[in-house]
Amino acid sequence: MHLSTLIANESATAAHHASFPILSALILVPVLGAVLVAVMSNRRPEWVKLTATLFAVGTGGMSIWLLSSFKSHEAGFQFVSQHEWISAWGISWHLGIDGISLFLVVLTGILFPLVILGVDPHHDEKRYLAWLLLLEAGVMGSFLSLDLFLFFIFFEIVLVPMYFLIGGWGYDKRIYAATKFFLYTMLGSAFMLVGIIATAALARHDIGYFTFDLVKIAEHASFATNTARWLFLSFAIAFAVKVPLFPFHTWLPDAHTQAPTGGSVILAGVLLKMGTYGFLRFGLYLFPAAAVWAKPAFLTLATIGIIYGAIAATMQTDLKRLVAYSSVAHLGFIVLGTFAITSQALTGSVMQMVNHGISTGALFLMVGMIYERRHTRAIAELKGIQAVAPIFAAAFMVVMLSSIGVPGLNGFAGEFLILIGSFETARWWTVVAATGVILAALYLLWAYQRVFHGEPDEANSSFPELKAREGALLLVFIALIAFTGLYPKPMLSRIEPSVDKLIAHVEGHSSYKAPVAHNHPAETTTHEGGE
Amino acid sequence: MFLAASLTGPDIPWSHLLPLLILLGSTCALLLLGSLVPTWPRIGNVVVTMTAAIASIIASIVDWNHLYWHKGDTFIADAIAIDRFSVFATIVICVAVAGSALLMSAYLSRTDSEGPELYALFMTAAIGAIVMVSANDLIVLFLGLETLSLSLYLMAASNRRREESQEAGLKYFVLGGFASAFLLYGIALVYGGAGKTSISGINTSLATYVSLHNTDGMLLVGIGLLMVGLAFKVSAAPFQVWTPDVYEGAPTPVTAFMASAGKVAAFAAMLRILTVALGSRADDWRPVVWALAILTVFVGSTMAVVQTNVKRMLSYSSISHAGFILVGVEAAGHMKGNGLNSSMTYLAIYTVLVLGSFAIVLALSGVNDSDTTLDDFKGLAKRRPALALAFSVLLFAQAGVPFTAGFVAKFGVIKSAVEVNSYAIAIAAMVAAVIGAYLYLRIVVSMWMEEPTSSDEIVVAAPVRWVIGLSVAATLIIGIFPGVLLNAAELVRFAPR
Repeated sequence: MHLSTLIANESATAAHHASFPILSALILVPVLGAVLVAVMSNRRPEWVKLTATLFAVGTGGMSIWLLSSFKSHEAGFQFVSQHEWISAWGISWHLGIDGISLFLVVLTGILFPLVILGVDPHHDEKRYLAWLLLLEAGVMGSFLSLDLFLFFIFFEIVLVPMYFLIGGWGYDKRIYAATKFFLYTMLGSAFMLVGIIATAALARHDIGYFTFDLVKIAEHASFATNTARWLFLSFAIAFAVKVPLFPFHTWLPDAHTQAPTGGSVILAGVLLKMGTYGFLRFGLYLFPAAAVWAKPAFLTLATIGIIYGAIAATMQTDLKRLVAYSSVAHLGFIVLGTFAITSQALTGSVMQMVNHGISTGALFLMVGMIYERRHTRAIAELKGIQAVAPIFAAAFMVVMLSSIGVPGLNGFAGEFLILIGSFETARWWTVVAATGVILAALYLLWAYQRVFHGEPDEANSSFPELKAREGALLLVFIALIAFTGLYPKPMLSRIEPSVDKLIAHVEGHSSYKAPVAHNHPAETTTHEGGE
Repeated sequence: MFLAASLTGPDIPWSHLLPLLILLGSTCALLLLGSLVPTWPRIGNVVVTMTAAIASIIASIVDWNHLYWHKGDTFIADAIAIDRFSVFATIVICVAVAGSALLMSAYLSRTDSEGPELYALFMTAAIGAIVMVSANDLIVLFLGLETLSLSLYLMAASNRRREESQEAGLKYFVLGGFASAFLLYGIALVYGGAGKTSISGINTSLATYVSLHNTDGMLLVGIGLLMVGLAFKVSAAPFQVWTPDVYEGAPTPVTAFMASAGKVAAFAAMLRILTVALGSRADDWRPVVWALAILTVFVGSTMAVVQTNVKRMLSYSSISHAGFILVGVEAAGHMKGNGLNSSMTYLAIYTVLVLGSFAIVLALSGVNDSDTTLDDFKGLAKRRPALALAFSVLLFAQAGVPFTAGFVAKFGVIKSAVEVNSYAIAIAAMVAAVIGAYLYLRIVVSMWMEEPTSSDEIVVAAPVRWVIGLSVAATLIIGIFPGVLLNAAELVRFAPR
C-alpha cells in the first residue's frame, strides 16, 4: 500500500547513512567531553576549562553546520540516523531533525558554550563543567530523538545533571529547590512512561510488531478515540510540568531563583522548551485527534498562565523571581500558539521557543551579573544603576524590550505570529492573552524603572560597568535578538514547511480543518519588522 | 539381587545438579579443612567459597546452553525441575554468593574473627535457595526454604559484639518460623484440595478435575496461607515489618546476601507456585498480588523517607523493589505477556544493585559495622569522590534513572504490566517510585552537598572495591546495552508440564 513511499523513504535514509552521523555526534561529543573533563586532573584548572570549552564550541559548530546544510524547503526529517539498539523491546537509536527541532538544536548548541565561557561557577569548576556537558547531551538527545523510548530516556536523564547543578552551585535554598525540581518533573514523566509503553503496545495491532518508533506509530497506528485521549493526557502531564503550564508551575520559580546563573540560563533557554517541543512532536503529531479534543483545556490553561505569570511577576521583590514568573507567561504564549493549530500560530510558537531562550537567557545572565556586583537581587536595594553603568543599562534595556515584544526585536515576530494565528481559531483566548503583552510591558518596565532609574544611593554608586568579557557575551545575544527581529525570514522559511506538514497530518487524522492562511506569514513579519 | 531388581531408585541427573553438588562439596571441604588443618590460611575460606560460586555459575551456564534447545524437565520422581527458570535463578544466586563472600572477607578481617563457618553458611544458604528455585514439589520447596532460612538466622545473629545483630537474629528466627508455619499449613491445605504435593501435579490435578466437591474452600484457604508465607519471605507489605530491623542489625555482608539471594529464592518459589501449580486459579490469587504490590511499593517508599540510617533506608528501598517485582508477578498472573521474564530480569539487576550498595555501606560502616547513619555519609564526595560517585550511580539506578540497569528493570516490569492492561498498578508503581526517589536524593544530597562530619581516612579493602567496581560497571553496561540480559531473560521458561 505504502510501498512507493516506503521505497522513497528508504532511499532517502540510505543517502543520509553514507554521510557523517552528525546527529549522533551532537549527542556523543558532549558526553565524551563530560567524561574527559571528569577524569582530567584538576592540577591545571585552565586546561579543564579549555577542554570543556572546546567540546562545547565543537558541538555548537556542528549545530551551525547543520543549520547551513539543512534543506530549507524539505518538510520531513533530515539527517536521519537509525540503528538497532535494544531489539528485544523494539527500540532503535533513531534520530532526525526537521524545521521544528532545527532551531532548538542550534539554540542548544549556541547557549552552552556561551554559558561555559561567560559564567563563573566560583567553586568545583571541573565538576560543574562535566555536569553542564552531560546536560547538553541530554537536551540534544531530547530534541533529536524519533523513538519514544529514546526520547523518554533523554527527557529523564536531563534531571540528573540539572539537579546537581542547582544543588551544588545554587543559592541558599538550593537543595530544597533541586529536590522539588527533580521530584516534580519525575512525577510528570512517571505518567508519560506508562503512556509510552501503552502507546507502543496498542500500536502493535496496526503495525504488526512491537516498536517505539515515533514515525511508524504516528503514521500507521490508529487508536480508539478514548484510548488516544488517555494516552495524550499521560504525555501532556509530563510536558505540562516541564513547560510549566499553570497550575503545574510551582517548581519553576524556586528552581530558577536558586539555580546558579548558568543553570538558570540553560533551564529557561532550552530545558523548558523540551515541554513545548514535546507538545508538538509527541502531542499533535502522535495523537492529532486527541490534541484537537483537548484544545480548549490547554488554551485556557495557557491563557491563565499568561495572565497569572504576568501578575505574579509584577508582585515580585526579587529580580530573578520576576524573570522566572515572566517565563511562565511567555511559555503560556507558546502553548497558546501550539494548540491554536494554525500555520501562523505554530510557526510563531516554534520561533518564540527560540526567542524566549535567547531573551530570557540573556535576562538571567544580566541578573546574575547584578548579583555578582551587589550580592543581592532584591529590587528594593537596587537603584539608579543607569547613572553609573550606562552600557549595562542599555544592554539590559534592549534585552528587556525584546522580552516585552517590541517591534524590530525578535520577541515581536514570534508573539505577533502567535496572536494573529490564534485569533482565527481561538478568538476569545487570544483577546485575553493579548492583554498579557501589555502586562509584560508593565512588569518589566516597572522593574527597569526601579532598578536603573533615579539617583544611585551609596551602595549602588560603585556599581561596576560591563566588563569586556561580559560585553562580548551580551553582544552575541543582542546580535541574535536584532537579527531575528529584523530579518526573520530565513528562520521562518525553515520552520514553515515542517509546521504545514504537521498541520496537514493533524487534518488527515482528525476532523479538524485549519483555516487557510490569507497572508504568507513570512512576508507579513518581514514587513512589520522592517517598519 | 532380587532387591536390586525391584528397588530401582529414581534417575538422578547428576550433571544438572552440579551447582548443588559443588556447593555441598565445598561446604563440607571448607568445614573439614578449617577444623582439621591447623595452618589453614584465612584467605583459604574466601578462595574456596568464590571458587565454588564461580564453578557453579559455569556449570549453570553450560546447563543453560544445553537447555537452549531443550525446554527442561522434571527429575528425581518429579521432585526437582531443571528448566531455564531454575538455571537463570541459580546463576543469580551464585553471583550473590560470590559478591557477599567477598564482602564477608573484608568484614571479617576488620573484626578479626575470621573463620570458615560464615562462608559455609553462605553456601548452605545458597543450596537451600537453589533447591527452592528448582523444587517441583511443595515439600522439597519447603526443605529448601528451611535450609536457606536456618542459615540466614544464624548469619544474622553472627556479630556477637553488636546487640542489634542478636536482636536481628532472634526477630528473624521467631517471625520467620511463624511464616514457615503459615506456608506449611498452606501446603497441607493445598494438598487437601488438589490431592498432590508435586507442583506440576497440582497443576494437572486442578486443570483436570474442574469441580472437586467440597474441596474448593480448602484449596482457597490453602492458597491464602501460602500467600502469607511467601509474602513474608519476599517482605511484601503488610508482612514487611521484620525487614528493616533484621537488615539493619545483621552484619552488612549478610544483609547484602539476604536482600539479594534471599529475595531471588523467595520470588522464584512464589512465581513457580503461583503460575505453575496454581496457574488455573490465577483469577483467585491475582487480585491478592495486585493489592500486595500496590501496598508494598507505597509502604516501602513512604516509610523510607523518614529514616535516618542508610542501612535502614536501603532495607525500605528493598521493600519497594519487592513491590515492583510483585507488579511483574501480577503481570505473570495473566498467563500471557512477559511478567515472568521481567520479574526475573528485575531480580537479576536488583541483585547487582544491592550487592554494590551494601558494599559501599560496608566500606563506611567502621570496625563495629555500625556507622551507617546518614551523618556518616555527609560530605563523602569531599572525602572519597570516587566512592560517592559509585554510590550515586547505584542510588540513581535504584531510583530508575535512564542509562542505568535500574531503569531497564523498572521499564521491563511496567511494560509487562501495561501489556496485560494492568494500567492502575503500573501507574501506582511509577508514582511510588517518585516518592522513593526522594530517599535516594537525600543520600545523594548528604554525600555531595553537605560538609563532612569527620575527616578520618576511609580505607576500602580490595575485595569491597572489586564488588563496588563490578556492580557499578554492570549497572552502567546493562543500562546502556541491556540486549544480552534481556535476550537471556526472554528465554526463561518453566519446564513443560
